[in-house]
Amino acid sequence: MPDLMPQSSPASSEPLLVVEGLTKYFPIRRGFFKRVVGQVKAVDHVDFYVQEGETLGLVGESGCGKTTTGRCILRAIEPTDGRILFRDPKLGRVDICKLDKEQIRLVRRNIRMIFQDPYASLNPRMTLLDIVGAPLRAMGLAHGKELEDRVAQMLQLVGLRPEYMRRYPHAFSGGQRQRIGLARALAPYPKFVVCDEPVSALDVSVQAQILNLLEDLQEQMGLTYLFVAHDLSVVAHISDRVAVMYVGKIVELASTAELFSSPKHPYTEALLSAIPLPDPRPREKRVLLTGEVANPANPPSGCYFHPRCSYAEEICKTHEPEFDEVTPGHYVKCHFGRELSLTGVVRMPDR
Amino acid sequence: MPENQVLVEIKDLHTYFFLAEGVVRAVDGVDLVIKRRQTLGVVGESGCGKSITSLSLLRLIPPPGRITQGEILYYKPSAGDNGSVDVINITALNPNGREIRDIRGNQISMVFQEPMTAMSPVRTVGQQIIEAIMLHQKVNKAEARKRAIEMLARVKMPKPERTIDDYPFQLSGGMRQRAVIAMALSCHPHLLIADEPTTALDVTTEAQILDLMRSLQNELGMAIMYITHNLGVVAEMAEEVAVMYLGKVVEQTDVKTIFLEPLHPYTQGLLSSIPRLDESIMRGEKRRRLQMIKGMVPDPYTRLKGCPFHPRCPKVIGDVCDQVEPASIWVRPGHMVRCHLYAEAVKSGPAPSH
Repeated sequence: MPDLMPQSSPASSEPLLVVEGLTKYFPIRRGFFKRVVGQVKAVDHVDFYVQEGETLGLVGESGCGKTTTGRCILRAIEPTDGRILFRDPKLGRVDICKLDKEQIRLVRRNIRMIFQDPYASLNPRMTLLDIVGAPLRAMGLAHGKELEDRVAQMLQLVGLRPEYMRRYPHAFSGGQRQRIGLARALAPYPKFVVCDEPVSALDVSVQAQILNLLEDLQEQMGLTYLFVAHDLSVVAHISDRVAVMYVGKIVELASTAELFSSPKHPYTEALLSAIPLPDPRPREKRVLLTGEVANPANPPSGCYFHPRCSYAEEICKTHEPEFDEVTPGHYVKCHFGRELSLTGVVRMPDR
Repeated sequence: MPENQVLVEIKDLHTYFFLAEGVVRAVDGVDLVIKRRQTLGVVGESGCGKSITSLSLLRLIPPPGRITQGEILYYKPSAGDNGSVDVINITALNPNGREIRDIRGNQISMVFQEPMTAMSPVRTVGQQIIEAIMLHQKVNKAEARKRAIEMLARVKMPKPERTIDDYPFQLSGGMRQRAVIAMALSCHPHLLIADEPTTALDVTTEAQILDLMRSLQNELGMAIMYITHNLGVVAEMAEEVAVMYLGKVVEQTDVKTIFLEPLHPYTQGLLSSIPRLDESIMRGEKRRRLQMIKGMVPDPYTRLKGCPFHPRCPKVIGDVCDQVEPASIWVRPGHMVRCHLYAEAVKSGPAPSH
């Protein structure tokens, strides 16, 4: 496994979160005795780190394991293997995978999550006061009047009127509900937020409002984001660095500028080329992938991408490539990561 | 020029839903023209009436919804392709009658967003395509099956002879959408309505399906009404674009103009609120804030006086926009905008340069 710690950084910038060899296999059970007949390798030895105050984007197609990765970080899903090192302000540096029930409750004050579907993630029978106040109450952070004040403050922070506190979620639109979810996540003043497709269910004009709000709050509260999404334009806009996942593995990780202008993995190239660009002028070249995403229960041999890769050679069928640092901070899981010259996004003039 | 002949003309269409809570004016005066062999992109946010417009076209509006006003004229090319047309007023047809059923799924067909709900889960892909073929074409079952396999091959379904006997759940999302497209195209329609056909798909699959639709359009020569909220997809698919807001078309012109010189403040707002992969990202510069359209789409029961966009519009003209509803203004042939900003410009002569 490569050393993922940033090499040229001063001692003070130890990453907030380091994920090493994170693995989650879901067993496939069949028959009367529910025998395990196979494993769905949802997340398969994933390594990355997130610096304090930055946004790491995690992209990939459905089923690639990006959501499972995000949920493992909160131990909302129990990881099969690996280490998740988090620098907690109270507990110090802890391995989230090893914490007991009581400790994980403490850590979850600092690692929070926002969800994709603002219609499913809010209880329709609870008022905003109950919803946003729930984490504060559960963690014993505030009671009574103090709780109300804190909820009012949170609602204001996300751009909702505090008077709405006694209302129920049905009275709010999709964008407003997403703001409520955000207020709930941020109520205990966390350090780290896993954003799981937070704008995918929203309309374009509302999406812009939420993205701007996420950036403002990051600045005001010193937040660190893991931003899970499938929309590459959104990820490019909000992320400092981007990791691309394919069938449970990170295949490329680099700064946003590098990943989008000079990708080193053929899958990244194909993904970028598939983005529909809001520009009516014809594009220079388009890489169309053939075939379908591999089955994570029965992945191909060698490099998982080789059956769809137009650059594949013999070695790709037999050997799995290393996750290799080809230039400083640019990691690629490809045998030819150093040799291939791939096309990034066709450049568009600035507006 | 037969390519530019009008296929469908929607005139002042109003489709209202009469609910206990009030009247929802889902489509409130839409004018659209779809030409033969052309792709018309219809964009807008949820609730703008783009899907209801297309359902009105097929007379599939469920009660308590009703077309209350306007007409939809279908210029049916007569068999033999001698250039003559029959004009059918779709709004005057009985929604359950023989005539509309002869058009629906045959001459005008539709591809829906969610391929799983568009197909019956208890019947094979083949049964469903064969049903459509036998309903509209006078062929026996063996011939219909042959045509279904041909159609599946056309949409690049791997091993069509085998897939035809698969159930929809056995196929992946992209393959299912191919099957739905095969079903929609099995009777060689003159117009294909595609309602967000790639929204549920991944980007790489989306690119495959878009590519497929474009090549099938070239092969079969049909018109496409492409409904989507994704401006990127519109830029790739459409020749002509109509932007809808609250049941009205607020701007319509060719795809180049809509992206490079949009006139309506709503179109401009939409375009500037999408994150773009532009030069500054490539250079790794500090990102800029996205421009936003303030506020949100009002609830469907309220009816705003004046221009429906005025409470959110950055260029609102006091005492005008909130009082008078703007009419359709043709700033030049082929570019329509519904906005008071351009009323003067037209009266005083040439189209405003942007």
